[in-house]
Amino acid sequence: MQQAFLLTVLTFLPVAGALALLLLRSEDHAWIRRLALVTAVAEFAISLLLLRGFDSAATGYQFEEFHAWIPQPPIHYHLGVDGLSLFLVLLTTLLTPLSILASWKSIDQRVKGFFISLLVLETGVIGVFVSLDLFLFFLFWEVMLIPMYFLIGIWGHERRIYAALKFVLYTMFGSILMLVAILWLYRVTAAAGYPTFDLAQIQTMLSNGTLALPIRTEMLLFGAFFLAFAIKVPLFPLHTWLPDAHTEAPTAGSVMLAGVLLKMGTYGMLRFCLPLFPEASRRFAPEIAVLAIVGIVYGALVAMVQVDLKRLVAYSSVSHLGFVVLGIFAFHAVSIQGAVFQMLSHGISTGALFLGVGMLYDRRHTHLIKEFGGLATPMPVLAALYLFTCFASAGLPLLNGFVGEFLILAGTFAKHPAWASWAALGVIFSAVYLLWSYQRVFFGGLTQDKNSALPDADTRERAILFLMAAIILWMGIGSPFFTSRTEASTQNVLRLMQRTQAYNAGVGHDNVKDMGMNPPATPGIGANSATLYSVASSVKSK
Amino acid sequence: MLPPLQDLYRIAPELVLCAFGMLVMFLSPIVPKARHAVLLAISLLGAGLALAATRFPALYPGAAYSGLLRADAFSLFVHWIVIGVAFLAILGSANYLKRENLDAGEFCALILFATAGMGVMAGAQELLTAFIGLEMSSIASYILASYKRDAPRSNEAAMKYFLLGSFATAFFLYGIALTYGATGTTHLDLMGPAGAQTSGTLLKMGLGLIFVGLAFKVAAAPFQLWTPDVYEGAPAPVTALLSTGPKAATFALALRILVNVEAASALWFWALWVAAVLSMFAGNLGALVQTSLKRMLAYSSIAHAGYILVALAAAAATDHPEAGIAAALFYLVSYALVKLGAFLIVAQLGGTGERHVDIEDFTGLAHRQPAMAACLSLFLLSLLGLPVTAGFLGKFYIFNAALESNLIWLALLLALNSVIGAYYYLRVMVAMYMREPKQEIASEPVPWTLSVVLWIAAAGTVYVGLFPTRVIEFAAKAALTMR
Repeated sequence: MQQAFLLTVLTFLPVAGALALLLLRSEDHAWIRRLALVTAVAEFAISLLLLRGFDSAATGYQFEEFHAWIPQPPIHYHLGVDGLSLFLVLLTTLLTPLSILASWKSIDQRVKGFFISLLVLETGVIGVFVSLDLFLFFLFWEVMLIPMYFLIGIWGHERRIYAALKFVLYTMFGSILMLVAILWLYRVTAAAGYPTFDLAQIQTMLSNGTLALPIRTEMLLFGAFFLAFAIKVPLFPLHTWLPDAHTEAPTAGSVMLAGVLLKMGTYGMLRFCLPLFPEASRRFAPEIAVLAIVGIVYGALVAMVQVDLKRLVAYSSVSHLGFVVLGIFAFHAVSIQGAVFQMLSHGISTGALFLGVGMLYDRRHTHLIKEFGGLATPMPVLAALYLFTCFASAGLPLLNGFVGEFLILAGTFAKHPAWASWAALGVIFSAVYLLWSYQRVFFGGLTQDKNSALPDADTRERAILFLMAAIILWMGIGSPFFTSRTEASTQNVLRLMQRTQAYNAGVGHDNVKDMGMNPPATPGIGANSATLYSVASSVKSK
Repeated sequence: MLPPLQDLYRIAPELVLCAFGMLVMFLSPIVPKARHAVLLAISLLGAGLALAATRFPALYPGAAYSGLLRADAFSLFVHWIVIGVAFLAILGSANYLKRENLDAGEFCALILFATAGMGVMAGAQELLTAFIGLEMSSIASYILASYKRDAPRSNEAAMKYFLLGSFATAFFLYGIALTYGATGTTHLDLMGPAGAQTSGTLLKMGLGLIFVGLAFKVAAAPFQLWTPDVYEGAPAPVTALLSTGPKAATFALALRILVNVEAASALWFWALWVAAVLSMFAGNLGALVQTSLKRMLAYSSIAHAGYILVALAAAAATDHPEAGIAAALFYLVSYALVKLGAFLIVAQLGGTGERHVDIEDFTGLAHRQPAMAACLSLFLLSLLGLPVTAGFLGKFYIFNAALESNLIWLALLLALNSVIGAYYYLRVMVAMYMREPKQEIASEPVPWTLSVVLWIAAAGTVYVGLFPTRVIEFAAKAALTMR
């Protein structure tokens, strides 16, 4: 079943909500919050329709919308989702209402602007995940910068302006090079006789040999795309904007940043870098894997020594996202499955961690670990839920973090045992920094008198954290629900890589007339990986 | 004897502009000072009618006055920009003139005359005609720059502009003379393919001098030194006009020469390349350290001249210059809208005597005047080149043209400069949204005339940013009709 306008509605409903917010009086905080929440919840409800209509067996894009937009150069309004983007959209629509709830009381200055920024941000992020036209993708990619810039810069903490500028300038530097690369790719398609910005069409052309990229061009284009995505992820050594942005951002900003914005980078690698530039991806894979592993280990080690709880969680993101990048560039069906799963589970568990840290901040207005200590006594519920989230983030079996990391390591190990061995260090370290920080914050005796009277989580906060805990548990034990829907698309990424390479090597240039036809299935991609995959999923489902 | 009717049709916009300019001059001593709104209304009517009169050259395209002028889609496009700018500038400065107690009659008349000159430049197919247009617009601009007669900075600005501008026009004129010596004609279309002597030293020198004259007028480095001082010293509405209209007309003239004279595209390519890079860096690096918003915008306009020069270089580098020309035209539209709006906001918020034009003075503007802050942010984001604004598509088309001509390095330098530019545009937004004001600045209510102009500029920026089809298709058509 294909709903005709579902994705358009999903993309622009938040903006419509933001416009409606503009009509409210600025002092009317209660109604501004309610309207924002209603919009975000409605958005989430609508996004669930995606699940109902999603065909998990199909490899292509679903819910597609295709309209002409700008004729010269030919740019189309082309939307669609597949297994890679489906759950990322759902993650976005889930985290936005939670962020709004989390900011219910903590944001009391310029409330209207805050919720407008948050909703516009949601539109930008969803747009990134559903765009299938390179130009449209870039448009959303850049548009999303401005609300995030405001969220950090206006409602952030002391060094917010520095952090906001750093965030925008870093991202812009990468993305402007990506724009040049997009246009270059367009020029190449024009030279081949079919000028287009359409991702699906470019993929078809690459598959059937209508379009062949010389290896030097491919590597340069790959470099430009990859740099933009790597900054966003962020991959070591491009990560330095992240701790600042996270630490200075308000809770909702951190949740959105860690939960979904970082995934735009890894999503971009899966969606663009691998299928469009397979040869370059292969050639650079060892270097990228090394950077990813360094990021995993370095992020974990730096997280260990942080004195600021929020900064600690931020560095843990560097470490966890390193796993995702490693999984992608291991080019193994299982590791890529794991990468996709890890994106989701990191979004949930790190989102929950930031929500918890935000709740502590609301009470004490500090993130410093030494200011806390023994908090389990005054606030047992918050402490218990926070511990649960820490376990999830550290990759405890039965919880969501385990599934992603296990799949990534299993898949990577099948191809590159050394990479997997080094990366496994990150799993150990993550337990160290998370549990050690937990111990310092929640266990032991109360170190500060003013902490003794802190109120425990109220109904709103409990609702948020219990919901997150439930999702963490569900993702941990019900992972096939997710993996079965992402499997076809991850296989497809690998297939696109293989076909393209075969044709680049000069096989089958006579198939020029095949434009738009469905490619015949290529048997035998990772036949051995299929067994490993089924082992992995049966392990999880037990 | 009267010229043939068709020739008159082809210069109808200029005729209307000049007629209304003279009418306003004639009425200005008669109308009492309290009734100056009448003069403004008449001038607006004149600009509006001139805009309507562009229908005539649209209906009767072709060469006028035995090839001195040409009415085609290209000249039509530029006419719309310059007359539209004049209309908005007059409307936007209505309140400024009243506040600064300046005479409205002469001001409007000068704008109308300058615009007529720009119109001539846009249509000129012959170098001396182009020179007349250039002088018409320049001389009016010199006077406009010094319009606040008792303000020393305004006088300083006008003096600098006049002295350096005269040099530049002298260069331009000398260039015309040498070119005439080399080719035996001043008609652009006759210089092209017919001239066998298209590579002589004399021609090279002539074209080089012409380039210098034009580069001065568009504030391209290394001939940009006057720009910050003049833009800062001139009354802000005049700066709004100077940084948009004459620039568009001069770029139009440069494009006309580039396309018609084959020797020019070969000779100018590297000059354009170097000037583009120098302007981008000079403008952006200069803007980084400015404390005055007005001066920062002046530097940014140098950088933007550099961006447009990239499009010109792209046009010069290939036998099919259409993409480059269309990109330059599109960029001029998007640039004119935001620059005009930004300078008019500075004029309004600067307060009497333009005392508050430092970035510092804009702190907390989002609290005091949220609409103005939002509007200025939109313009700055467009200058920065973020999507959903016209500025983004403008840059997009320039990138596209540069890559089509294989100017990858130039594209990369443009990309680098966009990021440098982001820093100082965002700094203004930081001040407006993220800092608390140090001192309380009384905010004057925004007059409706200015609101209208800002609404048009903002709506235009977003509309063109989302639905560029009409503008870019017309620009592409204009590029095709040039030869």
